[in-house]
Amino acid sequence: MGDWSGYLALILQGALVTAQLTVMGSALALVAAFVAGLGRIAPFAPVRWLATVYIEFFRGTSIFVQLFWVYFVLPFAGITLSPLMAGVMALGLNVGAYGAEVVRGAILSVPRDQYEATVALNLTKGQRMRHVILPQALPLMLPTFGNNAIELLKATAVVSLISLTDMTFQAQVVRAQTGSTLIPFITILILYFAMATVIASGVRALERRMTRGLDGVR
Amino acid sequence: MEWDWAFVAEITPTLLEGLKLTLLITALSAVVAAALGLLFAILRRSKNRMVAGPVGLFVEFIRGTPLLVQLYFIFYVLPDVGILLPPLVAGVIGMGLHYATYTAEVYRAGIENVPKGQWEAARATNLTASQTWTHVIIPQAVPPMIPALANYLIAMFKETPLLSAITVLELMNQAKSVANSSYRYVEPMTLVGVFFLAMSLVSVVILRWLEHRYGRLGK
Repeated sequence: MGDWSGYLALILQGALVTAQLTVMGSALALVAAFVAGLGRIAPFAPVRWLATVYIEFFRGTSIFVQLFWVYFVLPFAGITLSPLMAGVMALGLNVGAYGAEVVRGAILSVPRDQYEATVALNLTKGQRMRHVILPQALPLMLPTFGNNAIELLKATAVVSLISLTDMTFQAQVVRAQTGSTLIPFITILILYFAMATVIASGVRALERRMTRGLDGVR
Repeated sequence: MEWDWAFVAEITPTLLEGLKLTLLITALSAVVAAALGLLFAILRRSKNRMVAGPVGLFVEFIRGTPLLVQLYFIFYVLPDVGILLPPLVAGVIGMGLHYATYTAEVYRAGIENVPKGQWEAARATNLTASQTWTHVIIPQAVPPMIPALANYLIAMFKETPLLSAITVLELMNQAKSVANSSYRYVEPMTLVGVFFLAMSLVSVVILRWLEHRYGRLGK
């Protein structure tokens, strides 16, 4: 273990990939969650069915199976994705399916009279969502979104199995090269935990910001 | 991409073999998670800070780090200190430990759900701590937890493919080895997905029934 700083650099490179995957995956998950969540409460039935199929499919099979499917099966259909793209797609769509239920639940939990008031005030549907419903629904979604983001961070470890050089993959490389097992794995466990803590405290700060001024209202 | 039904028929017995192991792992891990989770929940409630604090930190740590890395840790690091576990046992311990941190939260919510008056009544009738738990608190706390625990059982079932990374020959690993020896990925991978989806859909129905039967845990 003479050359420890070199190995640490390797693991930190992996940490960068993990962070990149988490951020890109979360962005995709957020979009998927809103599209599918709003789709589930759409007035048009086929849209609802489509959203339900998407959600049930991605919640019903594990992220691992989906990742392998995206990476190994899609190339036979002529769609070849880089490991990073495959990882972001599988992670984003998987966590997005969980997020969709959160979006739906939060929007439905806004009291009915709020909808009635917007109708009475003659707001358009877009105005209703943007100015009335979402500002009240978003604070409800945030805590669960934070948990989902941590789940996504944890799920990124799986991408090491499709040869993406994330933190877990690099730890395996260090293990193979040095024969030391304890140090690389302890290092990445601590790094994962640190990242999870950063996400958790970030979401809490965002929550405080978004609920500012709402105290007296609810 | 062509779908070959003959190949599907040929590989199905192998995959079913893997599915059996997957179910066994799920059942064993569930037992570990249920027992350890209760232990964590009770220790975290301990009045002794020297117990509650470290246990709390440990639970948070396990919950904030990936299961895959924990599995690697158990499978690769423990042999260095002389604990050599077969892959299956390492996998069950890893999964059980990881999900115990989730079930501990369910237990906590369930225990907090028991009205304070029950604790006071137990004290008033001079029950010992262990009598209070076994005769008063647990019988009331457990039924509302059942749906939430079943939910984690399903989650655990879906996580079993991770064990293929530590060479357990469960469903996913069987599919991978079939795929690698025949160079056909479409059928095995899709079948694995179909198996999981079918099992999950069935378990969702059972879960709805459980929720109906036992009610949901109030938050």
